[in-house]
Amino acid sequence: MLAYITPLTGGMLIGISAFCLFFFLGRIADGGGIVWGAVSAQPDNAWRWLFVVGLVIGPLLYHILLDIPYPQASTLPWWYAAIGGLLIGFGLQLGAGFTSSHGVLRIVWLSVRYLAAAVIFLSTGIATLYVVRYLMPGL
Amino acid sequence: MRNIVGLLCGLVFGVGLAASGITDTAKTLGLLDVLGNWIPDLAFAIGAAACVILLTFSFIMRRENPLMSPRFLLPTTKFINGRLVGGAAIYGIGWGLYGYFPSSAMSSLVYQDWKTAIFLAAMLIGMTLANKIKEN
Repeated sequence: MLAYITPLTGGMLIGISAFCLFFFLGRIADGGGIVWGAVSAQPDNAWRWLFVVGLVIGPLLYHILLDIPYPQASTLPWWYAAIGGLLIGFGLQLGAGFTSSHGVLRIVWLSVRYLAAAVIFLSTGIATLYVVRYLMPGL
Repeated sequence: MRNIVGLLCGLVFGVGLAASGITDTAKTLGLLDVLGNWIPDLAFAIGAAACVILLTFSFIMRRENPLMSPRFLLPTTKFINGRLVGGAAIYGIGWGLYGYFPSSAMSSLVYQDWKTAIFLAAMLIGMTLANKIKEN
C-alpha cells in the first residue's frame, strides 16, 4: 500500500487542480481541450496558455525539488508516438472531450455518456496493448 | 487574477501528473496490461482524483456561478452517439499504442525525448482532422 502513496497524492493534486479551475473559472480541467483551446486561438485565451506553461513547469519542479529521477524514456519506435498521438487527438476531438479529470467530473455527475466512453476506450486500449505487446511484439 | 489561477492550476496539475506516474508510459501502458504485468498505479491516482472531486462537488454546486467567471461551462450533450463511441474507441487504441495523453505528453516535454514532440504534433493534426470531419 505504501508504494501507492505517491500516485494517491498525485491523484489528489489533480483533483484539487480540477476543483480550483472549476470553482474559480468554471472550466473543466481537461488537458486536451485546454491545449486545443490554446493553439486554436480562442478568445480569452491567456489562462489556457498559462495552464499549459504550468503543465510543463510542474513536473520539472517535482523532479528537481524532490530529486526524483525522470521516468525511463519510451523504447517504442517513433511511429508509435506518431500514430498514437494522431489517434488520441482524433478520438478525443471526435468524441468531444470525455477524458481526464473531465471524465472524473462526469463520473460524479453519473453521466452514462462518460461511463460508456470509459468502458469503450479501456477495452480498445487493453486490446491494442495486448496485440502490440504479446501477439506481434516485433511490430 | 484569472491568468494566475490558470498558471497555478496547470502547475498543480502537472505536479500531480508526474507524481501519479501518468507521465511514465511504462505505467500508463501497465494499467492496460491486465493479462500480463499489471501496474495499478494509475487506478489509485484516478481514484484519489475522483474522491477529491466528489468531496468538493456539492460545495461547488451550491454556488450560482464560479468565482471569477460569469458561469460554469460544462459540456451539454448527454447522448451516446456514433461519434462518442467511435471517438472513445480510437482514443483507446491511441492510448494502447504509446501511453501518453494530451496533458501528460505536454508535461513530459521536460524529459526532452523528441518522440514526445512527435506525439504532440500528431495529436494536433488528429484534432484538426476530427474537427474538419465534424464540420461537414
